Amino acid sequence: MTYLRWLAAIAAVVVALVVQVSLFPHLAWHGIVPNICLLVVVAAALTVEAPFALVLGFVAGLTLDLAPPADHVAGRWALAFTIAAFLAARVRQDQKPSAMAVVGTVAAASFVATSFFALSGILLDDPGMSVAGLLEVVLVAVVWDVLLTPFVLPPLMRLFTRLSPQWATT
Amino acid sequence: MGAFGGHDGRERRWTGLDKLESRNRAPRSLLVALVLASVTLVTLDVSGGASSPLEPARRAVGEAFGPAESAAAAAVRPFTSVPAWFRSKGDLADEVRDLEASNADLRSQVELAGFDRNRLEQYDGLTTAAADLGSALVPARVVAVGSRQSQSFTVTIDAGSAAGVGPDMTVVNNDGLVGRVLRVTRSTATVLLIVDPDSTVGGRVGSSMEIGFVNGSGSLRQEAGLDLRLVDDATVPARDDTVVTWGSTSGPYEPGVPIGRITEVYSSLREASQRAVVEPFVDFSSLDVVGVMVPSGSTSDRALVEADGTLR
Repeated sequence: MTYLRWLAAIAAVVVALVVQVSLFPHLAWHGIVPNICLLVVVAAALTVEAPFALVLGFVAGLTLDLAPPADHVAGRWALAFTIAAFLAARVRQDQKPSAMAVVGTVAAASFVATSFFALSGILLDDPGMSVAGLLEVVLVAVVWDVLLTPFVLPPLMRLFTRLSPQWATT
Repeated sequence: MGAFGGHDGRERRWTGLDKLESRNRAPRSLLVALVLASVTLVTLDVSGGASSPLEPARRAVGEAFGPAESAAAAAVRPFTSVPAWFRSKGDLADEVRDLEASNADLRSQVELAGFDRNRLEQYDGLTTAAADLGSALVPARVVAVGSRQSQSFTVTIDAGSAAGVGPDMTVVNNDGLVGRVLRVTRSTATVLLIVDPDSTVGGRVGSSMEIGFVNGSGSLRQEAGLDLRLVDDATVPARDDTVVTWGSTSGPYEPGVPIGRITEVYSSLREASQRAVVEPFVDFSSLDVVGVMVPSGSTSDRALVEADGTLR
């Protein structure tokens, strides 16, 4: 069952990444697209046990770091996603999270992940953008991710729940 | 991998909230391990520079994702043209008005042709220089665009080493300079756009032949522009002048490719240099068909556009 779950999770990350770089640039607002890979990680963190979500966060972030057209220093998204997955996994309770809790978790995870990525850029002396530009990017990314939550999170959470019956939270 | 799915029996599930809570929580050690792994990767990649140990991994992931991205872009393309079908009469009337205005503008420019002849000769010289270099264009389409969250302005195009594309080649479209190739896989290539803050292009002001460096501003908006700094501090670039690339055939940018038009000029007293804002000719927010400049006669898996316009 674990292997099946890993397979499903990796497939979800791959599909999310391709959609994110090939479809959403047509709808992007000033080049800011929804971070669907992060939504996959949050869905895992809300349904299955935390270690799985943490490792999935690392793997998804690393994929985002390496897959074209990425050109930043590798490991930055991996770090940001690991921390976002850790925080999202702490939110989870023993029952199925309510819709508001899911939306709140996505917003928080998106804010933390994008901010961590931006901060790592400042630490690495990457001439990215001004603080105002960073704020714009972080806030618009949160709005995008929350907008996509109703379409992406429920099916993914159902998938992860079905693949881990011991942890069924219904 | 099996260890992460570890769950010690379903009967413990109801033994109490505290235990559930404790199983729920990720072990700190795993978090620390993954964070350290990320930091190690960052360190490896930063210290490695161009010959980073992660470059093979990038290449491998690129080989896997390239075809998927190309396929997804091809599937999406028919739908991106849908908004164009719903243009109203008002839109068309606006367009006619705009075209009439630009027609009048062009006519007045033709009347001033004598005045511009000097400049034109220089442009002619530059374009023939480009033709003399004997470059051919590999046509390609943009299949993936890096997000602003990742803070780098890069795109993936669907031509790779099989099409004769290699690192450091110049990428143009019908408007002007787009960027340069960073790395290639068999079927795709990653292109650094000239609006990226990391990008520096050698630029030459068309009328005065002064050279300088054009830096990206980190914005997709066309009016945000690029930064031009001239090598010679004494010269002041003129507004509305065209900036083209200078360079060598071995360098990343081929000479004579138009970059943009100077829209504003500032002089900085502190640095005692001239700074000009260059509005790029290329609209980076709607980039689609591009061409990669390759040496004439190179082998490719598709038809090349030669310098004289023929297809081969």
